[in-house]
Amino acid sequence: MRRFTLIAVPYLWLLALFLVPFIIVLKISLSDVALARPPYAPHFDWATGIWAFLSELDFENFVWLSEDDLYWKAYLSSLKIAFVSTVLTLLVGYPMAYAMARAPEEWRATLMMLVILPFWTSFLIRVYAWMGILSNEGFLNQFLLWTGIISEPLTILTPNTAVYIGIVYTYLPFMILPIYAALERLDDSLIEAAEDLGCSRLTAFWLVTIPLSKTGIVAGCFLVFIPVLGEFVIPSLLGGSDTLMIGKVLWEEFFSNRDWPVASAVAVVLLLLLIIPIVLFQRNQQKQQEAEQ
Amino acid sequence: MKRLSWFNTVSLTLGFAFLYVPMIILVIFSFNESKLVTVWAGFSTKWYGELMQNEAFLNAAWVTIKVAVVSSTIATVLGTMAAYVLVRGGRFMGRTLFSGMIYAPLVMPEVITGLSLLLLFIGMGLDRGILTIVLAHTTFSMCYVSVVVSSRLVTFDRSLEETALDLGCSPAEAFRLVTLPIIAPAVISGWLLAFTLSLDDLVIASFTSGPAATTLPIKIYSAVRLGVSPEINALSTIMIAIVTLGVITASLVTKRQMVRQKRDEQAAERT
Amino acid sequence: MTIPVFEPWNDPEAKPLIQFQNVSKRFGDFTAIDDLTIGIYEKEFFALLGPSGCGKTTMMRMLAGFETPTEGAIFLAGQDMAPVPPNKRATNMMFQSYALFPHLSIWENIAFGLKREAMPKNDISDRVDEMLRLTRLEKFARRKPHQISGGQRQRVALARSLAKKPKLLLLDEPLGALDKKLRQDTQFELMDIQEKTGTTFVIVTHDQEEAMTVASRVAVMDNGKIIQVATPDRIYETPNSVYVADFIGEVNIIDGIATPTGEDRYSIAWKEGQAPLNVTSATAFSDGQKCHLAIRPEKVTINAEEPSGVDNVVQGKILDIAYLGNISTYHVELPSGAVIKAQSANTRRISRRAFTWEYTVWLSWTATAGVLLAT
Repeated sequence: MRRFTLIAVPYLWLLALFLVPFIIVLKISLSDVALARPPYAPHFDWATGIWAFLSELDFENFVWLSEDDLYWKAYLSSLKIAFVSTVLTLLVGYPMAYAMARAPEEWRATLMMLVILPFWTSFLIRVYAWMGILSNEGFLNQFLLWTGIISEPLTILTPNTAVYIGIVYTYLPFMILPIYAALERLDDSLIEAAEDLGCSRLTAFWLVTIPLSKTGIVAGCFLVFIPVLGEFVIPSLLGGSDTLMIGKVLWEEFFSNRDWPVASAVAVVLLLLLIIPIVLFQRNQQKQQEAEQ
Repeated sequence: MKRLSWFNTVSLTLGFAFLYVPMIILVIFSFNESKLVTVWAGFSTKWYGELMQNEAFLNAAWVTIKVAVVSSTIATVLGTMAAYVLVRGGRFMGRTLFSGMIYAPLVMPEVITGLSLLLLFIGMGLDRGILTIVLAHTTFSMCYVSVVVSSRLVTFDRSLEETALDLGCSPAEAFRLVTLPIIAPAVISGWLLAFTLSLDDLVIASFTSGPAATTLPIKIYSAVRLGVSPEINALSTIMIAIVTLGVITASLVTKRQMVRQKRDEQAAERT
Repeated sequence: MTIPVFEPWNDPEAKPLIQFQNVSKRFGDFTAIDDLTIGIYEKEFFALLGPSGCGKTTMMRMLAGFETPTEGAIFLAGQDMAPVPPNKRATNMMFQSYALFPHLSIWENIAFGLKREAMPKNDISDRVDEMLRLTRLEKFARRKPHQISGGQRQRVALARSLAKKPKLLLLDEPLGALDKKLRQDTQFELMDIQEKTGTTFVIVTHDQEEAMTVASRVAVMDNGKIIQVATPDRIYETPNSVYVADFIGEVNIIDGIATPTGEDRYSIAWKEGQAPLNVTSATAFSDGQKCHLAIRPEKVTINAEEPSGVDNVVQGKILDIAYLGNISTYHVELPSGAVIKAQSANTRRISRRAFTWEYTVWLSWTATAGVLLAT
């Protein structure tokens, strides 16, 4: 009986507040816009029965998504931004994780704390910090003008550069931590063995360190790629009006256009897009767990 | 004895500069006299004063804290239960679905979680307010708690529980007297994680809050969309200071505990 | 037909393969190796033996090139090794943890070093197969390191480090991770492989039995210094100090004062009320010099009645008996309170034990049974 309660309480909670909402999203994505409250039709009605209800559902919104190239472009541009920023975060994060793992042991806890600290600080504030730096009359332009490198303010905020900087900045800890964990476990004698067998420092790094930190790299990349794909705050604060990301489109569809069925359809497609990386990520995590045993 | 090579030193220096310079600039300009955030016009704390006068911000901060405390506490209880079920529950009907529902919210884009919960609340006819935000935050943060706690439970030596049962504890007593004290650090860090996630959340709160209850991130977001303002800098500085203090204290406490444990062990070795 | 004796260290013409010349190594304030000079000859199986922290691993890491001497020089075949990085040295190392690359198969692990030198593909494959045969691992070539047993992993590590035909193979506690039975088998296998390949082996170990079994010469180390270098039998029978005598095997140490009584003969005054002991010693002691008599338990005979016509005899009471199967060790307490260990072989399967606890017995040994040591 006690075991039953233990399982039932969290189970029912998640069913009611996680699974059921999804079914609702799916259903609304198949409905039509209506001038009503809530603004969609049909509504389920016991009187007419389930078949009458189901027959009114259709894929109209998905057809609409595939026809309007705004959505296409938004999905593609989200994928591109997520991909490029994942690569950039890896390029910044790997050397840091590597240096942390190589640092004297008594420093490591402090370095770790320095990486985690921004992670606990508000996401919004960290994005906001870059607004002051990257805007046209922002700190970076002031600084560059002052040093004489440029003579006219650069516009950094409008193109996607600012979005990339913001993403790399906010997601850096997600990249560093799994890679650091993998590198820290790495036995120094493996590198020494490689050198002993004739490798230079660089070949030893390439043939031993990189392959053995692969699970960390893959985990870090997915931890950045997956949430960035649906990112809303960074493109809306740092991006320009032409920065297309699907999270932003969904938000606007919902709050500005009040087109709930289309917003739901956008969400369903985003979810489908995410399934592949999520499954790959899970597989990587499983492999890592097996390797640890 | 190991020293950092110049390459490692350079990458650490540049990396941490990248992480910290923006925040340091933000903090410095919160003490700026001028309304312009990018031009230094002398030291002043007037923005902090104005912040304290700003009723809207103070109310939002109060709502946010209430939501965070309540949701993270419920999330910790539910998340610990879920972790225990996942690690120790054995087989039961729908176990795969259950673990799927625990892990899915971790990778779910916030816009989707927010949207789906909003549609649920509307469908149920719930008025949006503090209650709906609490429900939403509890749901996604309980998953984080359960991941943190279950990673501790996996490494937990089961024979300790069995010893307690052998010595006459009921399963509930064994959990309360043996398991819980040992996994307590994980439960506490789970609570802290849930608390900060709730404090931090903008997107889900935006979907699930109503005009009656606005949280601080929503307030900040709408202010920030209009541009950079020194009042927000002051607010950010306060939040950064609180987090920094918290993290440093936590790491000092753990470090002291580790040092003490090591010293005790060494003392025990000698005798 | 005479069997040529392998004793290059006694041949003044022989040039050592490895020469340590006044080598010191310091880490900050800590001196790991203290002004050490030693030569190791080609085809030797040389063991560095000592407790942890005695500097034996540092010596090995200096040979491999992972540490550089603070002072002094190391020569390999007459060449100063200081400027040569680890990957350019004709030495290979077998790591204590084996350091097998977990992401590569057994075959790829063994081929790893060969691929680093521009060796033709066919030759690599031939050499790897040869190593797999030598270490009896042919069946496991495609497996990953975590799919084989500890003993097999040890052999992979050995094969990998031998594949490049090093002039010198370094083995860092190579058998430390194996259980006792497997360790004994592997010791003979190691000796066999060393003989087959003719490679010079330097092994680091803290296990004296292992060092005695495999090595042609053993260096006993303590605090960064080599205390004694000799063949295993000389280390055991004629240790040069109490430290070495005590480190290798079991020993009784009796402290006393020496008085010369004839050529190489001494009388040792020890505990109050005991008759002086008669011993012979090749090293000279002056009258009244403090000395320590080291005597192995198996050289002490245990008697039920007082024996006559022996050099030394003492009476005592049996305090403890350790039955080890092949032998029994008796702890005998003398009236002065000192405890002397005596061993006797259990040569018969069923025999009534002659002695048991609390029995009064006589211990006897000859004048040549022990070694007289100054330090």
